Amino acid sequence: MAEAAGVPAESPAGCRARAARTVLDQVVLPGEELLLPEQEDGEGPGGAGERPLRLNAAARSRGRVVCGPGLRRCGDRLLVTKCGRLRHKEPGSGSGGGVYWVDSQQKRYVPVKGDHVIGIVTAKSGDIFKVDVGGSEPASLSYLAFEGATKRNRPNVQVGDLIYGQFVVANKDMEPEMVCIDSCGRANGMGVIGQDGLLFKVTLGLIRKLLAPDCEILQEVGKLYPLEIVFGMNGRIWVKAKTIQQTLILANILEACEHMTTDQRKQIFSRLAES
Amino acid sequence: MKETPLSNCERRFLLRAIEEKKRLDGRQTYDYRNIKISFGTDYGCCIVELGKTRVLGQVSCELVSPKLNRATEGILFFNLELSQMAAPAFEPGRQSDLLVKLNRLLERCLRNSKCIDTESLCVVAGEKVWQIRVDLHLLNHDGNIIDAASIAAIVALCHFRRPDVSVQGDEVTLYTLEERDPVPLSIHHMPICVSFAFFQQGTYLLVDPSEREERVMDGLLVIAMNKHREICTIQSSGGIMLLKDQVLRCSKIAGVKVMEITELIQKALENDQKVRKEGGKFGFAESMANQRITAFKMEKAPIDTSDVEEKAEEIISEAEPPSEVVSQPVLWTPGTAQIGEGIENSWGHLEDSEKEDEDEGGSDEAVILDGVKMDPGVEVSNIGSQARRALSVGFPRQGYCSGLPFPLSGNAPIVLSDSEEEEMIILEPDKNPKKIRTQTISATQVKAASKRPVKKRKKKRAAN
Repeated sequence: MAEAAGVPAESPAGCRARAARTVLDQVVLPGEELLLPEQEDGEGPGGAGERPLRLNAAARSRGRVVCGPGLRRCGDRLLVTKCGRLRHKEPGSGSGGGVYWVDSQQKRYVPVKGDHVIGIVTAKSGDIFKVDVGGSEPASLSYLAFEGATKRNRPNVQVGDLIYGQFVVANKDMEPEMVCIDSCGRANGMGVIGQDGLLFKVTLGLIRKLLAPDCEILQEVGKLYPLEIVFGMNGRIWVKAKTIQQTLILANILEACEHMTTDQRKQIFSRLAES
Repeated sequence: MKETPLSNCERRFLLRAIEEKKRLDGRQTYDYRNIKISFGTDYGCCIVELGKTRVLGQVSCELVSPKLNRATEGILFFNLELSQMAAPAFEPGRQSDLLVKLNRLLERCLRNSKCIDTESLCVVAGEKVWQIRVDLHLLNHDGNIIDAASIAAIVALCHFRRPDVSVQGDEVTLYTLEERDPVPLSIHHMPICVSFAFFQQGTYLLVDPSEREERVMDGLLVIAMNKHREICTIQSSGGIMLLKDQVLRCSKIAGVKVMEITELIQKALENDQKVRKEGGKFGFAESMANQRITAFKMEKAPIDTSDVEEKAEEIISEAEPPSEVVSQPVLWTPGTAQIGEGIENSWGHLEDSEKEDEDEGGSDEAVILDGVKMDPGVEVSNIGSQARRALSVGFPRQGYCSGLPFPLSGNAPIVLSDSEEEEMIILEPDKNPKKIRTQTISATQVKAASKRPVKKRKKKRAAN
């Protein structure tokens, strides 16, 4: 409704809550409150008197709005907890009201259930491996959580190996647990990562950008050299190319992609492709 | 927090890369990272950045009574602290080994070398002397703390001014900063530490190891020298066996590096003094460029490659025609025949100068280098990867002369760069298009072509 578009409503705390729609793709700071579309109607200054009455109450989309990272429900509003840009994704098939989240940047990883990460095995004790994932605690990984592993047939994992797995338990109260199989029992790409190659660390925002569908950077990198690459959501990237020189070039490009504009990047790729 | 463990695959990769003489950030074996020195508003306060390793140094002074057995000498006190923001592994209780080792090394380097004249710090013998206190804080750890800390210490000491004191008979007058200008300390020489990391039991050596290289190294050799080539301290840790000629070679390299760093320090100190005298703005806030929003920005030098093809064709048209090829084999003795000219190897010249890493450049490299520096607008023709590699052979680049995006005000940090980072964002020597090579037919033509731009540069310099 038009009257709610630019008009902030007063909240009991005294700070103005803005409509989430108006702040899309802008920077929001922690502590701001956002109004969801369905609440704007009720709180517009005109009230019910000025708005045309709706005969069809079901016309309002009262789908469930999913509140993503960086946002928290506070009463009937959304409270911003991280600074960054506010994003929204429309609902795919009409169910729900879409997803709102904040795109923020950080380097330190916090384990989240379902995330695929690259970990380094730090200890083997009895039946479990302790894997460092960059969080506050090492995650535990059972030796049976590999494809085709049984009590007699143990996986060949040494201390210092790289593991690609996903979290099954990750909350702030318990130590995180990870596995290298999916729900059907298949490895699906997870497990011990091969021997050569280089592991390096980047920010979490860059990983998300690279893992987005249709990422141009990845397509361009793929055209340069044949390579194997694994992205962990904890900011770690493992890359392997035919020679050490190529691997180093790839590592440097990916690290520098963070701070380059599209034009600079295209320039560099074209220079590399020529030589 | 515990330190992130080093995985086997990283260790293997790093060692293999070192065996192939490649470093992660594209430097050469003897290259230092960029050194930036910036001063604060107070005298005696400076920040030194060696790549991403940052150390803050602060000098302060106080009048105290001297030690009983050294009644006429001032007191020096050095302290290095590893701040928790430097690395997650640094926690208040946990860093003791590394901390003790670094502090001990710094003390030996600065105190035992007698770089500061302690007799001049005496005010009244037996009663009042100056106590000079140097506090160093490590702000970010990216390897090679000791070099950065020693540079920060000596720069802070050279920058520091103590209040003026006059003694008349029994009366001692301490002047405040408003009454009389403060007086610099009397420093004899500037000892600077240079670190060498050894790998594979002493087979490979790297100067200025970064943090990952430090994790896989076998041992570390630290040599503290001053610009008069006097060794102030030498320490080898890690238990590796070093040969005598290895140590001698390291000391020669250290001599070269220390000269470059000392020049840089002098320039930075002079700049700062000039700015203060002229009344310009100085301090940390001024030394940061306005456009920086986050920490990382690579500076690039613009290279104009627009008319490379014309230049290449020019060069080829002016080159000598290839010499006649003898197609008939010439029989010298039974069993020995010769096909071809048999002239001496003309490629050997460039390769030799590339291998002598300590050679500060034959005239060819020096000429190419100056050509790049003096005329940043002149196009750098693509001489090819060999000449490019020769550019970075142990030769200091005065990066502040050429093509930086912002104009340098008086107290801007001086950047000394040994490596190729300034001219390329991606650090691979081979990626410049080798247009000349594709159009030439034989090796002699290429050699003539690559010699040509050198001669052209010489002419340009004469004209300038």
